Amino acid sequence: MKPINLDGTPKAANCACKAVSVPEQVSQPRRPLPWLRIVLGGTALVAWWLVYDALSGLSRLLTYDVLGLTQGSHLGGSVEFFLYDTPKVLMLLTLIVFGVGIIRSFFTPERTRRILAGKSEAVGNVLAALLGIVTPFCSCSAVPLFIGFLGAGVPLGVTFSFLISAPMVNEVAVVLLYGLLGWKVAALYTGTGLVIAIASGLVIGKLNMEEYIEDWVREIRLDTSTEQDVALTWAGRINAGLSAVRDIVGKVWPWVVVGIAVGAGIHGYMPEGFLASIMGKDAWWSVPVAVLIGIPLYSNAAGIIPVVQALLEKGAALGTVLAFMMSVVAISTPEAVILRKVLKPRLIAVFFGIVSVGILLVGWLFNAIL
Amino acid sequence: MDIKVLGPGCPKCHEAEKIVREALAESGVAANVTKVSDFQEMAALGVFATPAVVIDGQVKVSGKVPTKKDVLAWIGK
Repeated sequence: MKPINLDGTPKAANCACKAVSVPEQVSQPRRPLPWLRIVLGGTALVAWWLVYDALSGLSRLLTYDVLGLTQGSHLGGSVEFFLYDTPKVLMLLTLIVFGVGIIRSFFTPERTRRILAGKSEAVGNVLAALLGIVTPFCSCSAVPLFIGFLGAGVPLGVTFSFLISAPMVNEVAVVLLYGLLGWKVAALYTGTGLVIAIASGLVIGKLNMEEYIEDWVREIRLDTSTEQDVALTWAGRINAGLSAVRDIVGKVWPWVVVGIAVGAGIHGYMPEGFLASIMGKDAWWSVPVAVLIGIPLYSNAAGIIPVVQALLEKGAALGTVLAFMMSVVAISTPEAVILRKVLKPRLIAVFFGIVSVGILLVGWLFNAIL
Repeated sequence: MDIKVLGPGCPKCHEAEKIVREALAESGVAANVTKVSDFQEMAALGVFATPAVVIDGQVKVSGKVPTKKDVLAWIGK
């Protein structure tokens, strides 16, 4: 969720929304031939791969030969880290966001809602968490979406599974984790994020808390039987991928750069093992502290992951750090403020409580088994 | 013509409003444009993904920013 102005509207400046504007299909008089597009796309992909492969060597060349920094120095370490990780992460992000933009053109919020409306609880929760990954979702849009889901007959717990999964497990978070920490951490994060979303939604569903939804929301009934999806052509889907890159990469790159710069500073200057005593495995209390610190903070995954990587390197335990990250991206005070418009305080408290407990358990579990 | 632009105030909603106003200015069509940021009112209009544009009670787009071409087509230009 975003920082919020006094009138309760999310601040415009850093809304890294997942909602993507899909360009309308209008007949174009002179469209480039398909083979031209394929050749261009193929060339771009090969060029991408060649540059990506050369990044490590290039960053060393720049740091030690062009800038003349000493190998093994604090500054040299920081600069090399920054020059390598920034282009690497941005390139990965561009490629994946493009792919996800295409996948996402198959899943409109309307379609997701129709899929979920007829499902029983358990199946619905699993589906909702999975669809949360691929459905375009903007936290600015969370409240209307919440109303729309409930109004169409999606159960409360299933709606929550979606609302927890959508901001937490998304392509930006997964790409950054993969690029900076490897596929194992990315997979662990995705898996446990989904489990938290499914389990929290199930628990909320079992608690029968419908009476804590604001009355006017409960009375809304929407007829979705007449909805029709706009059929998109492949050219339209590729355009959707491109506009996703423009929207998402265009918005998160400053966060990535600042995050990596902070991470680079930690990388070069903080002594090895410095954090082991306060954020290490043996400090059991560090997980709840990390979750508590994370709740009021809001950042998106793009800004927080480079910092997370640097903390890990200096001896912080993976469970503690993942718990901190999940808490920062999944629950926040501004979100509580905006949800208050549709939920009574008790349900918001239960929602935050259950998700926090889930994150806490994940943190402890990782610290215990890894 | 009565045009409503719906959105709680995220950048996309402002963009949608800007495009609607530009299209109106360009085509010279006179219309009354209002910004709706109240969730209750949005729900009453049947919109659950923002930004959305409603013209004379009919939802023209929801969940994405329309292009100027779309808007011009809706207002009959």
